[in-house]
Amino acid sequence: MMELTQSYSAPTPQAFRIAQLQRVQDFLFRAVTQFFALSVLIALLGIIISLFINAWPALHTFGPAFFFTQEWDIINGEFGGLIAIYGTVVTSLIALLIAVPLSFGIAVFLTELCPATLRRPLGTAVELLAAVPSIIYGMFGLFIFAPLFAEYIQPALAGTLGHIPGLGILFSGAFNGIGILCAGLILAMMILPFIASVMRDVFEIVPPVLKESAYGIGCTTWEVVKNVVLPYTKAGVIGGIMLGLGRALGETMAVTFVIGNAHRLSPSLFAPGTSIASTLANEFGEAEAGNHLSSLYALGLALFIITFIVLACAKWMLNSMEKKQGLKT
Amino acid sequence: MDAQQYGEKAGLKNMNNLSNIDPALFAKRKRANKLGLTLSMIAMVLGMVFLFWILGVLFYKGFSSLDLAIFTQSTPAPGSEGGGLANAIVGSLMLVGCCTLISTPIGVLAGLYLSEYGARSRIAATTRFVTDIMLSAPSIVIGLFIYALVVAQVRHFSGWAGTIALALIAIPVVVRTTENMLLLVPGSLREAAYALGTPKWKVAFKITLRAAQSGVMTGILLALARVSGETAPLLFTALNNQFFSTNMNAPMANLPVVIFQFAMSPYDNWVDLAWGGALLITIAVLGLNILARVVFREKVQG
Amino acid sequence: MNSFLKKALLISAISVAPTAFAVDMTGAGATFPYPIYAKWAEAFKAKTGSNLNYQSIGSSGGIKQIKAKTVDFGATDNPVKFDDLEKDGMVQFPAIIGGVVPVINVEGVKPGEIKLDGPTLADIFQGVISDWGDKRIAIMNPGVKIPTGSITVVHRADGSGTTAIFTDYLAKTSSLWKDAVGAGAAVKWPAASSVGGKGNEGVAANVSRVKNSVGYVEYAYAKKNKMTYITLKNKAGNYVAPDDETFAAAAAGTDWAKIPGMGTFITDAAGAKSWPITGASFILLYKNPENKANAAEVIKFFDFAFKDGKKMAEELDYVPMPDQTTDFIRKNVFTKVVTK
Repeated sequence: MMELTQSYSAPTPQAFRIAQLQRVQDFLFRAVTQFFALSVLIALLGIIISLFINAWPALHTFGPAFFFTQEWDIINGEFGGLIAIYGTVVTSLIALLIAVPLSFGIAVFLTELCPATLRRPLGTAVELLAAVPSIIYGMFGLFIFAPLFAEYIQPALAGTLGHIPGLGILFSGAFNGIGILCAGLILAMMILPFIASVMRDVFEIVPPVLKESAYGIGCTTWEVVKNVVLPYTKAGVIGGIMLGLGRALGETMAVTFVIGNAHRLSPSLFAPGTSIASTLANEFGEAEAGNHLSSLYALGLALFIITFIVLACAKWMLNSMEKKQGLKT
Repeated sequence: MDAQQYGEKAGLKNMNNLSNIDPALFAKRKRANKLGLTLSMIAMVLGMVFLFWILGVLFYKGFSSLDLAIFTQSTPAPGSEGGGLANAIVGSLMLVGCCTLISTPIGVLAGLYLSEYGARSRIAATTRFVTDIMLSAPSIVIGLFIYALVVAQVRHFSGWAGTIALALIAIPVVVRTTENMLLLVPGSLREAAYALGTPKWKVAFKITLRAAQSGVMTGILLALARVSGETAPLLFTALNNQFFSTNMNAPMANLPVVIFQFAMSPYDNWVDLAWGGALLITIAVLGLNILARVVFREKVQG
Repeated sequence: MNSFLKKALLISAISVAPTAFAVDMTGAGATFPYPIYAKWAEAFKAKTGSNLNYQSIGSSGGIKQIKAKTVDFGATDNPVKFDDLEKDGMVQFPAIIGGVVPVINVEGVKPGEIKLDGPTLADIFQGVISDWGDKRIAIMNPGVKIPTGSITVVHRADGSGTTAIFTDYLAKTSSLWKDAVGAGAAVKWPAASSVGGKGNEGVAANVSRVKNSVGYVEYAYAKKNKMTYITLKNKAGNYVAPDDETFAAAAAGTDWAKIPGMGTFITDAAGAKSWPITGASFILLYKNPENKANAAEVIKFFDFAFKDGKKMAEELDYVPMPDQTTDFIRKNVFTKVVTK
C-alpha cells in the first residue's frame, strides 16, 4: 500500500519538462505526417489544375464541341478529340467484353472447382501475371500476335461474321493485323489477370455458411455460383471490372505498339486508329505551343476525367461491398 | 411457404420420398451445371493459355538474346552490330533507386498519418480516396504533368524529373499498403505503450511501425516492382541517352524507353536487345513480387 | 532495411559525383540523319571523350525542344524559314544530305524492279490507286509480275521532316496532291487504308510487317534492312535508283550560300542522274545559347564531322556537304554563335 501512495506523487519539474518536450514532438509528428498525407492530395489537384490550364487555349478556341469533332489537322491547326476518344473507348470496351467472361471463368474455377493442392499455385500465378509490365504485352502483340491475327483470325472473322448484314461492316477492310481490334485483344490479355484476381478475392469473401446452406438443400455448384455468390458479391465484381476498365483506358504501351497510329475514324474494327494515350506518346514531344499542344493537354484532361469517374464508381462499389460484409457477418 | 409447397416448387412430388424427384427438372439442372462449369473450365484454360503463351514467348526470345554483352556494353547506334543494355540497366537502377528513396519516407509518413490519426478525420478519408484514384491514374498524364512542372522550367530533361514522375506513381502504393499494415497491428500493443507514458510519435515509430515492418517492406517492394516497368512517365522526363551516364541532371538511359525505341525499329540486333531487356524487367518485377510475398508470409507465421 | 538503405545512398552518391572533363551534350530531332549522327557521335567520343547524346524524336520534336531550350541543338529536315530564325535568335545550317525512298512489301517483287513516276506515286499515297493490280502501275512496268492486293499506305505518326521532303516532292509533281493534301511535316493522309509509324524506324518496321504496304523512309533505313525500293522517274525523264551518286547529283546544283537561313528543299532536282526525292537535314543553334560550353562543343562536333566524317557518311549512302559549303558554314554560321 505504501508503494501505491509513493508512486502517485506530483510530477517533478524534470518530468514536467519531458512532458512538455513530448507535447511539442507529438505536435510536430502530427504536422509532418499530415503534410505528407496532404501532399498526395495536393499532387492530384496539381495535376488537374496543370492539365486544365494547359488545355484551356484549345477548349477556349474550339469550345466543348472539341470532344465531338472528328478532325486532327496539324498543319491548319484544326483539332478535335473524337478520333482519339473513340479509339480509347472502343479498345477498352472490346477488352472488357473478352476479359470479363474469361476472368469470371478463372475466378469460379479457382474458388469452386480447383483441387485444393492447385489452388494456391494457380492463384499466385494469376496474381503474378497481373504484375507483368505492359510493354511486354505490346511487344508480344506486335511481333507474335499481329502477324497471326492477320494471317488466320482476320480472314476467319471476315469470312464468317463479315457476311452478317449490319455486323459485317465491323469486319471489313484490309487484313493488316494491327488495328483497333488487335489493340482491344491485347488489352484484354493485359487486364485479364487483374480482373481475375480481384474477382477471386471477392468470391472468397462470401461467408461459407451461405454457400453451404445452399449446397445443403441440393443446389448444384453452378446454381450456388449464380444465385448465391454472384448476387452477394455483385458490388465487388462490378468494382473489380471497373478497376480493370480504368487500367485499360489509361494504357499507353500495350496499345501504341498495335493500334496503327492513324488519325482516322472508321466503322471497321480492322482499321487502324489511335487512342488518347498513344496520341500523347507519339505527338507530345513535338507539339509546339499553340493549338496542337493545347489540344493534346485537352485530350489528357479528358482521359484523366474519364478514368477518374470510372475509378470513383469502382471505389464506391468496392467500399459498399466491404461494408456489407461487415454488417452481415 | 411450408415444406410441401417448397417441395412442389422444387419438383419434388413427395418430400419424404426422394425417388419421386422429377427427373426432367433434375436432369435439366444437372445439364445447366455441367454446361456452366465446363464453360468456366474452358475460360480458365483459354485465359491461362494466353498468359503462359506470352510469358513463354518472352522467356524464349529473351533468353536467346541474353549474354554477357548485355550487361557490359552500351546501346548500339542504329546500324551498328552487337551492343548491350548496360547504360539502360544502370540508368533504370538509378532512377528506380532514387524513386524509392523519395517515395518511402513520404509514403510511410503519410500512411502513418492515415492509420494513427485517420479514424475520424475528413482529411484522412479524402486522402484515402485520392490515393486510390492516383493508384490507377494513367501514367502518361503524370509524365505530362512533370514535363510542364520540371522539365520546361529548368529547361533540360533529367533523371531527376523521371524520378519525380516515378515517385508520384509509387507513393500511393506505399501509402495504401503502409496504412493497411499499420491498421493490422493490434490496438492493445499501442495501448500498452501509451500506458507506460510513451509519446505518440515514439509509439508510432518504435512500436507500431516496428511491429508492421515486414508488411511495410512488402509495400515498398510492390511499389518498386510497379515503377520498374513504367515507360510512359519517362518518355518526356528522363528521355533517353545512347551513352553510359550516371549524371542524374541530364537525360538518362532507361530500360523501358530503350525497349520502346528498339522494339519498333527494323534493326535485328535492336529487336533482340529489346526482348532481352523485356525479359530482364519481367524477371525483376516478378522477383520483387515473390520477394514481397515471402517477406510478408514470414511475418504472418513468425 | 539498413543494408538496402546503404546501397541506395551509395547509388545516389555516385549519381551526384561530377563527371570528369568530357562534355555531355544533348541534341534531338530528325530520324532522317539519326544513323549517321549516331556513328559520328561514336567516333567523336572515341576521339575527345565527349558524349553527344542524340535522341531521334522527329523533326517537329527537334524544333520544339530547341525552342523550349531543353536541348543544346535541334535537328530537322523541315527547314525553318529565315524570318522565324531571326525572330527566335537561331542559326541554321545543313549537316548532311540524303534521299527519301519509297519502299514496298509486295511478294515476289525485287528491289528496284517496280518503276513509277511522281504523279502515280502521289495517286497511290492518295488512295486513288488502291490495289497493286491497278492498270496504271502495270502500264509503267511491262513484264513485271505484280500480284494483286489492296495497298496499305504506311506514313509517319509523328511530325517529320522526312514527310515534309516527301510531300514536297509529291506536291511538286502532282497538282492533284497539292490541292487535296499539300506538303508539310504532318499532313492528313487521305488513303483509306493507312497506318502510322513512329520515326523512320517505325515506318520501316511497319512496311516490313504489313503485306502489300508502301511507305517512305530515308535510304539508310531501306538499305540496312534490304527493303524493296521503287525506281523513280526524275525531272529529266530518266528512271534512277537511289544511292549516294544520284543524291549527290541532285544536290549538286544547290547554291547554299545564297539562301538566307540556308533552308531549302532539293526535291525534283534537274540533272540526268538526280534522285527526285533528295533532301538535306539541318541543325538549329541559338546565337546566344544558355550553355555556352556545350554550344562550343556542338560546333566542334560538326566541324569534326565535316572534316573526318565524310567516309562514314558515304558508307551509309548519305552525301556529305561539299567543302565549299562547309567553309561557308564555318565562316558565316559558326561565328554567329556566341561561345564565350
